[in-house]
Amino acid sequence: MLRLAGVVTYYGPIQILKSLDLEVRQGEIVCLLGGNASGKSTTMKTILGIVRPRQGTVEFEGQRIDGLPTEAIVSRGISLVPEARRIFGRMTVWENLTMGAYTRRREAPAELQQDLDRVYGLFPRLRERADQKGGTLSGGEQQMLAMARALMARPRLLLMDEPSMGLAPALVDQVFDIIETINRQGTTILVVEQNATVALGIAHRGYVLQNGRIVVTDSAAALLRADHIRRAYLGETESESPDRSGRGEAASA
Amino acid sequence: MSDVLQILPQQIVFGLALGSVYGLIALGYTMVYGILFMINFAHGEVFTLGAYLGWWVLALLLKEKIGGLHPAWVLPLMLGLAMAGSGLVGTALERFAYRPLYTRGATRLGPLISAVGASIFLQNAIMLTQGARMKVFMTGLLFPRAWTFNLGGVSVSVLVLTMTGSALLMMWGLNLLVQRTTLGRSIRAVAEDREMAAVMGVNVRRVIAVTFFLGSALGGAAGVLVGLYYTQIDFFMGYSAGLKAFTAAVLGGIGNIRGAMLGGVILGLIESLAVTFLNPAYKDVVAFVVLILTLVIRPAGLLGESVPESEKV
Repeated sequence: MLRLAGVVTYYGPIQILKSLDLEVRQGEIVCLLGGNASGKSTTMKTILGIVRPRQGTVEFEGQRIDGLPTEAIVSRGISLVPEARRIFGRMTVWENLTMGAYTRRREAPAELQQDLDRVYGLFPRLRERADQKGGTLSGGEQQMLAMARALMARPRLLLMDEPSMGLAPALVDQVFDIIETINRQGTTILVVEQNATVALGIAHRGYVLQNGRIVVTDSAAALLRADHIRRAYLGETESESPDRSGRGEAASA
Repeated sequence: MSDVLQILPQQIVFGLALGSVYGLIALGYTMVYGILFMINFAHGEVFTLGAYLGWWVLALLLKEKIGGLHPAWVLPLMLGLAMAGSGLVGTALERFAYRPLYTRGATRLGPLISAVGASIFLQNAIMLTQGARMKVFMTGLLFPRAWTFNLGGVSVSVLVLTMTGSALLMMWGLNLLVQRTTLGRSIRAVAEDREMAAVMGVNVRRVIAVTFFLGSALGGAAGVLVGLYYTQIDFFMGYSAGLKAFTAAVLGGIGNIRGAMLGGVILGLIESLAVTFLNPAYKDVVAFVVLILTLVIRPAGLLGESVPESEKV
């Protein structure tokens, strides 16, 4: 569904991605792992057209999308749940969700209402707060809003940039539960994560990014088992069993 | 003292009328600032252009001796054409004077300097094509001087009522558009987080162009109204009106649409009251004093929020 081949991306004079190859097949959950400054966010930005690759191609459903403006790429069925939420704080929850469905603005209102009900079903807290301004929501609620907003577009491919960041462990569990549910309902998902345990817990396959290059790729199960991966990225020894307790950063209510 | 009190209601009414026009022009500054974080210094010139376009429509109608000049249809025609013309010039401004700079990563200063240049260009273009002498609006043919109302002891001319009414109606319409429509939401989204708006699928360049069109159209409408009221227009009128409207926008909170409307009305009232109680010669000084006080005491303005430090152009 999504294919990056030989992608080289610069930020000004600095080369961030050095010949990246990545593939996401329909129906999968793929996770992209790596530490800070490994190029994870740049990969997302390259897919979305926020930055243009200097070399290489990005294909979505068989068509090249590198070089297209962001709004054109997004209208083909790709949505983003950005790092640090980035919801529209000055707009209400409802307005945020409506903006999420912007690419579908010409469809019948009944269709959009259906999706609204669907996301309220997944995130009941949002229904309660529908008329509140986004900025008044807690960190966890904003994450829910960011996810709901992305889902409003009925994307075929959902990109998620570090969904566990800044969330309490219990909330991380909830969020990843929902990600699994969304996937089962038919959405292909690419998750970028620093919290490898949690991500690999729900993914089918994983890639490990280091210094702008993919160094390992395998099924999620294999990655979880591989010793050197676990030590380097999960920071645990063989005896510790991976579970979804998630070692997220400091709790955020 | 008692004669001051006698004319006070009159001055308040006039202050509101003037203020609503300031608000109209201020909206142009505030909308552009909200979306691009720049002050469109050339905005005063679309105001002037609107006045001249309105003048031409009226002059043409008079020349063709189209009898029965009733403001009910003449005014919308003048406003409509002036708004369309000003709106298009505003869009062209963005396209040719600002966009080439901010898309190539100019600092915030680039578009500002370009705006000053564009302002000089437009002023001179108007002067060279329309002449340096003022033009006179034959308002009396449209709004007979005797046409007045008596509102609770105050004599209010239909002209002033129409002026205020039109301005308030347009501001209300803009507010409705920004708050309730998809276009309005996309404008607010771009103003808040341009990158995320694009990720939602919004064509940011087009939204910016529409914002310029709307703000400039309102400025042009204000030009027609001011021309009708003061009956004299010249190529330089945008300078003073622009600075005052800019003050109004800052007073209300630059970037805030309701703030621009509020700031306009307040400034109009302050100016009108200052003329009543102080020396009328200081009329124009009032605006600058208000500007300085606002920036010193509460730079975010009455309804404004603190603007992020990031270098956004």
